[in-house]
Amino acid sequence: MKLQQIAIFMENKPGHLRTICRTLADAGVNITTLSLADTQQYGILRLLTDDSAKAQKSLTEAGFVVNVTEVLAVEVDDTPGGLLRILDIIGENEINIEYMYAFSHHREHMAVMVFRFDNPDKAITCLQNHDIKVLPAIDILKGSW
Amino acid sequence: MKTVTPQNRILDAEESMPREEMRSLQLSRLQKIIDYVKRVPYYAEKLAGVNGADITSLDQLSSLPFTTKQDLRDGYPYGFMAIPKDEIARIHGSSGTTGRLTFVPYSHTDLKNWTRLVSRFLVAGGLQPGNLVQISFGYGLFTGGFGLHYGVEATGAAVVPAASGNTERQIAILRDLQPDAIVCTPSYALTLGEAIRASGIKREDLNLKLGFFGGEPWSDEMRNRIEDDMGIFATDNYGLSEVIGPGAAGECIERNGQHFSEDHFLVECLDPDTLQPVPQGEKGELVITTLTKEGMPVIRYRTRDISSLHYEPCPCGRTGVRMSRVTGRSDDMLVIRGVNVYPTQIEEALLRVREAAPHYMIDVDRPDTLDRATVRVEILPEMFSASMKEMVNLREKIQKAINSVTGIRMEVELVAPQTLERFQGKAKRVTDRRPK
Amino acid sequence: MNRDEIPGPSIFHPASSTDYLPVPQLQALQLMRLKETVELAYHNQQDGLLKMRMDERGIKPGDVKSLDDLRRLPFTVKADLRDTYPYGLFTVPREEVVRIHASSGTTGKPIVVGYTQSDIDVWSDAMRRSMLACGLSEHDIIQVSYGYGLFTGGLGAHYGGEALGATVVPTSGGNTERQIMVMQDFGVTAICCTPSYFTHIAEKAAESGVDVRKTKLRVGVFGAEPWTESMRHRIQEDTGVRAYDIYGLSEIIGPGVAIECREQSGLHVFEDYFYPEIIDPETGEILPDGEEGELVLTTLVKRAMPMIRYRTRDITSIMTEPCPCGRTLRRIRRIGRRSDDMMIIRGVNVFPSQIESALMRIKGLSPHYQIIVTRESGLDQMEVQIEVTPELLGDRIRELEDLQKTIGHAIYSTVGINAKVQLVEPKSIARSEGKAKRVIDKRGI
Repeated sequence: MKLQQIAIFMENKPGHLRTICRTLADAGVNITTLSLADTQQYGILRLLTDDSAKAQKSLTEAGFVVNVTEVLAVEVDDTPGGLLRILDIIGENEINIEYMYAFSHHREHMAVMVFRFDNPDKAITCLQNHDIKVLPAIDILKGSW
Repeated sequence: MKTVTPQNRILDAEESMPREEMRSLQLSRLQKIIDYVKRVPYYAEKLAGVNGADITSLDQLSSLPFTTKQDLRDGYPYGFMAIPKDEIARIHGSSGTTGRLTFVPYSHTDLKNWTRLVSRFLVAGGLQPGNLVQISFGYGLFTGGFGLHYGVEATGAAVVPAASGNTERQIAILRDLQPDAIVCTPSYALTLGEAIRASGIKREDLNLKLGFFGGEPWSDEMRNRIEDDMGIFATDNYGLSEVIGPGAAGECIERNGQHFSEDHFLVECLDPDTLQPVPQGEKGELVITTLTKEGMPVIRYRTRDISSLHYEPCPCGRTGVRMSRVTGRSDDMLVIRGVNVYPTQIEEALLRVREAAPHYMIDVDRPDTLDRATVRVEILPEMFSASMKEMVNLREKIQKAINSVTGIRMEVELVAPQTLERFQGKAKRVTDRRPK
Repeated sequence: MNRDEIPGPSIFHPASSTDYLPVPQLQALQLMRLKETVELAYHNQQDGLLKMRMDERGIKPGDVKSLDDLRRLPFTVKADLRDTYPYGLFTVPREEVVRIHASSGTTGKPIVVGYTQSDIDVWSDAMRRSMLACGLSEHDIIQVSYGYGLFTGGLGAHYGGEALGATVVPTSGGNTERQIMVMQDFGVTAICCTPSYFTHIAEKAAESGVDVRKTKLRVGVFGAEPWTESMRHRIQEDTGVRAYDIYGLSEIIGPGVAIECREQSGLHVFEDYFYPEIIDPETGEILPDGEEGELVLTTLVKRAMPMIRYRTRDITSIMTEPCPCGRTLRRIRRIGRRSDDMMIIRGVNVFPSQIESALMRIKGLSPHYQIIVTRESGLDQMEVQIEVTPELLGDRIRELEDLQKTIGHAIYSTVGINAKVQLVEPKSIARSEGKAKRVIDKRGI
């Protein structure tokens, strides 16, 4: 259920994001979705890719500082109140969201959001108990959800 | 290792002078000071027609005018100075309700007296010649550091002027230089105690025996904890810059209140609303008249400190009236890490930052042992930027303005519009969650 | 610039007569005091360091028969203070010590200096005479904007001002707005601080519409860091404040070892208290007057912690010509550089090795770091750049911010100043022969 997210340390300087994308492209890694958190001086780029091991290897070899963390991709009803329902469950169970970002495409009435929870295992159980779909990696990569 | 109560020693005969004798000394000094203060325009006006010779009893004090912080502020910068500029030996400052300081000029005699007054409470609390004292108060315009520095020197003890901050270095000094006594605010003493424990240094590795704490209100529970942590005998002292600085009053080894040095100060305890004396032993605002100050004498200065006065004889032999610990204020002044802060200062700081809204709240708490002040400021739509960088810059700008007005660092949180309480009438902007 | 362009103080108060002692008399006084100092240090140093070194060379205190014999005595270096920490070089019982100051050593460990009452009196007197040399008197209002505390700048100037009988305003360092307010509202006539802090104050004052020329400020006693003639000219021209250079170091006593007089041409060493020599820093040989080398100082009256031939690491030369001011005290040229890698940042001595020891206390930190020193409107800024390692990177910004705070705190608790901590990408710090250049000083001093 848990997805391997690549986090990359990046100084806020022109061209750095481009170098990262170039490196991944050269390695034949496809970026599924990404989010960038920035501060004054640096940022952390978070990526979901079709091959996190290859992504990590190629970026590390290119001299970037890379870290792999686990996140969940959760199906969200694409109607008013859809996200609210998930937040209610998370809140009731005292799980914290460290950050979240949206997936780049969606299907029918469903959107997908990526969550970083402080307790991912507990989050999986709680969400599944409420019939909310936590997507396995394979589905994400194939776009077959 | 146990806290050892030092021997009772009294430095000056005035401290144990029979009360009748003291009262007549006070009366003669009051007569002189009444004539003396007329060099100050404020008093020349307020005391027009009153001469020292007209004062024949201390009871007549109640007919004299008060002096408030606002009065001192209105006289900024020289208004209350009673000596020519050339005769000033030193200038200190105390924080006002805004960024402007109140200047407090001292003559050479004032400095000599002040030093002696500090020595009195140091000796009363057990300090011996040859001791080494770590002074962890800030030095500078505020009177804490210098008052204690000169007082310690005059007792024949040695000073390590550690000043405030850098806890790791403070602990290195305690461990390596083996001082016998420490001077700081009580909350900082708690911080040091905890840091010492965390660093694995044992109480036995230290040579500390005494602690002299002041500059902020504290409690017996705090005293017990500090004494336990550091294995010291801790005493409390009291003073304020407008009157002299630390040394107006201090505890003896009985620790049943702080003896005023009544040969230098006349102290009253009044109901802050009616300004009438409260019955002996009951709580009220301390009002102090300086009897010997040359640089800036004050008549019936309203300290805003709530305390009580106790006249029963003390086993130590001192006859000076004892004040209980300060339990509160009759205004909205806060003491944060030993520094006096008025909410209006925060407002002034926010006004200096163009983008900041006038809606704010101040939360004060003590997460570990150190006071923490957090200012929550509402964000205006025009302040908002999608760039983290700009938001962080704005927060830092506000923080800097607050620091430059109050002299201390506060946390700043930007909060969403309309989330802070709005006030009808008197705003209550401060939430103080520190343990009393 | 011709020094007459800015009118100096109209009245120079008679300096202490010791400033004008005929040279033979001064030298006789120096020799007598040197003998006493060597006796005291040889017999009473707690760790017996000097005795051991003199015994090794077969020299007895009685062998010092002339000032020239000083060259036979061993040097004392900064590391000796660290190795004998805390009280090893003290020569009096602790009860006679009335004050202890400290400064940071080359590594995390501080060095400690002690003073007896007579040492404090000597120090105050040296500062008083320094202030007299700059044209100050008991009529002046002196703002002391050096930091007070373990650092000797603040209390040294403070006691000097008191000894002079002047009014002292102890503003201490920081809070520039308040400094300007006090200066303006109280009619301050003289200021003691680092020259760079004064330029910062002047700049901030101008920004807030205060013209320093219109205040009563007329003299600045500036020290604790190297500065240049061109900086003096700028200060004098921009603010109308006569800027004097003062020299000192806590190992010897604090500020007040040497001072410029109204000639502003070299600093008179208070030779009745401190004996100067210039050596070749490589060979240790004494250099003739006029030649540039490392300044070595011997204290002549210090009781609690006398220093024999202390190597200051400051590069200067002794000026031979007599000074038109009439003082017979020899002058040294302004100090521009050092024979070691010590930096002076906001008046605080910082060694790169201290920063390194602070960084290495944090687990997982990259050994690749760089210290960049800049000066923005008079204020020194120290930035420490560190390469991020995979062990330190999480996926949350907060973790990196905490790391920055931890690093900043470690540096602060070691050197006592706040550094801006920048996390940078691996390999972004230039290496030369595999080793990063540790310090980039962009201040141009």
